[in-house]
Amino acid sequence: MGLGNYLRTIKEAVQTIGEGMAVTASHMVRKPVTLEYPDRLPDDVRVQDTLPFRYRGMLEVDLEICTACLACERACPIDCIVIDAEKDKAAGGLVMTRFDIDMAKCMYCGLCSEPCPTGAIHHTPEFEGADYSLESLVRRFVKAPTIAYRPKKAGETDPQIKPILDRGLRYIAEFAKGGES
Amino acid sequence: MGDWVQSLIDGGMVPAAIPAWVHYLTAALVFGGVIVFGFVLPIAGITTWVERRIVGRIQSRIGPNRVGPAGFLQWLADGLKSMLKEDIVPTAADGPLFRFAPYVVMTGFVGTFAALPFTSALIVADLNVGILYVTSVTALVVVGILMAGWASNNKWSLLGGIRSAAQIVSYEIPAGLSIFPIVLLTGSLSMQDIIRSQGAGPFSWYLFANPFTFVAFFVFFVSALAEGNRTPFDLPEAESELVAGFATEYSGMRSVLFFMAEWGNLYVIGAIVTTLFLGGWQIPFAFENRIVQHVLEFATFFLKSYGVGVLVPIWLRWTLPRIRVDQMMTMCWKYLVPIAFVNLLGTAAWMLWVAPWVQMLVRVTLLGATFAGILMFLRRVVYHLEYAKLGRRHLSFNPLGTARSPG
Repeated sequence: MGLGNYLRTIKEAVQTIGEGMAVTASHMVRKPVTLEYPDRLPDDVRVQDTLPFRYRGMLEVDLEICTACLACERACPIDCIVIDAEKDKAAGGLVMTRFDIDMAKCMYCGLCSEPCPTGAIHHTPEFEGADYSLESLVRRFVKAPTIAYRPKKAGETDPQIKPILDRGLRYIAEFAKGGES
Repeated sequence: MGDWVQSLIDGGMVPAAIPAWVHYLTAALVFGGVIVFGFVLPIAGITTWVERRIVGRIQSRIGPNRVGPAGFLQWLADGLKSMLKEDIVPTAADGPLFRFAPYVVMTGFVGTFAALPFTSALIVADLNVGILYVTSVTALVVVGILMAGWASNNKWSLLGGIRSAAQIVSYEIPAGLSIFPIVLLTGSLSMQDIIRSQGAGPFSWYLFANPFTFVAFFVFFVSALAEGNRTPFDLPEAESELVAGFATEYSGMRSVLFFMAEWGNLYVIGAIVTTLFLGGWQIPFAFENRIVQHVLEFATFFLKSYGVGVLVPIWLRWTLPRIRVDQMMTMCWKYLVPIAFVNLLGTAAWMLWVAPWVQMLVRVTLLGATFAGILMFLRRVVYHLEYAKLGRRHLSFNPLGTARSPG
């Protein structure tokens, strides 16, 4: 090791340490990004609203656009989704009598929302799921027998369902693409 | 302190029937107790809070802020919690040694306070071998750490202890060699003499006395960090490799004693550096009122040593990653030791052969170069802020009014 090399090592040590300290010093004058959940949040901030669109919180089902295809029930690796649907000519299609998700079992893997054709079953940013009993963690979405949604060839026109479907399709697109949220 | 006890005995303030050594011992114990509980422990404790707050900000977090204003009482809460914890001695451990080791570490650390010159008068003992005493009593820490590592009967602890021994023994050499230039310049080992031979302003500090003491400052600082087991030299307790090194098996208050010594040692490092290089308690004006004088001197000394010894190492700790054992040894033996030798010889040659006007010129140059370095550093800080494209609302403090982008 020549003297030039020796001195260069010292110079580099001093320079890089100085540069590193400049970086950390620049961080010291920045405001912390911490949100003091749950008790010291700013008045206008809900933590759920700050989470990304694809955040995997509690599952939710938009019954308005659910086709009762049972894809989610089959996809669920731990069988926490139970759907009962029967054909009913009189009502005009599939009639759902039960759509239960046991959130106590759910492991938030997101496999159910991937095969969903309309994006009816999706995760929400809601994560405050604590409860006093396991039973109350079972979320029952069908309150009364409901006719399943049938996609229309020409696209959805009903102004009540259109925004829900659009949101569902966006959810599928982003989930499948895995792009930025 | 001795004179004061003697005057009490002579003045009949204390019963003369009791032998004098009892009075000396009592005075020493009371004084030691006051220093330990009134200064050393709070300093070490508050430093833990300071460190956690600073780290929080470096990592864009807040840090402890729940106990007391801005979390200031966190250290008391932590201490109280640790005292209530069970004191576990592993069955396989060497009981007496295991229990004794934290006290040795603590003694080595608290012992240094006996020779730290807080003001021109406030010093427990102005030893004529002051700086030598401080370096040797700090070396006692290694005995305690090795003892803890061995007595724990645990491979991690033993490795930590051995590493610590290797590290402290190695870095004693550059640290000692960097003290010698100052001793040469002063002609005395006494802490007070070293401070008195410097001045109040940066111009007359030993830091800028000549290029060799300037380098010696950094060599000493790095070696002192290594001796204090601070990151990037925290190999003895490297948590990712050795769990907690020599402190692995310790719980409750015994574990706290180790950490107290570590954080308190930071302040000791700062105090020694301040004494040797940064002019100690020197203030530019003399006051009629002795109380005012001493309070100001104390504040000067405290601020300097806390800034250099505590804030800068904390900042470094959260900037640099831990170095490897071989890098640690390379740095000591290939870089710091030769440089420290050059400093020693250079200072001696400087005192002998360099003309006073050259010395003056070099002082001015060094001072100017330091200020230029600080300015360059600030420029880099601002550069990094600008590079991050931060708006005003992201900054709690806006250096030099720059880094403006619509927030």
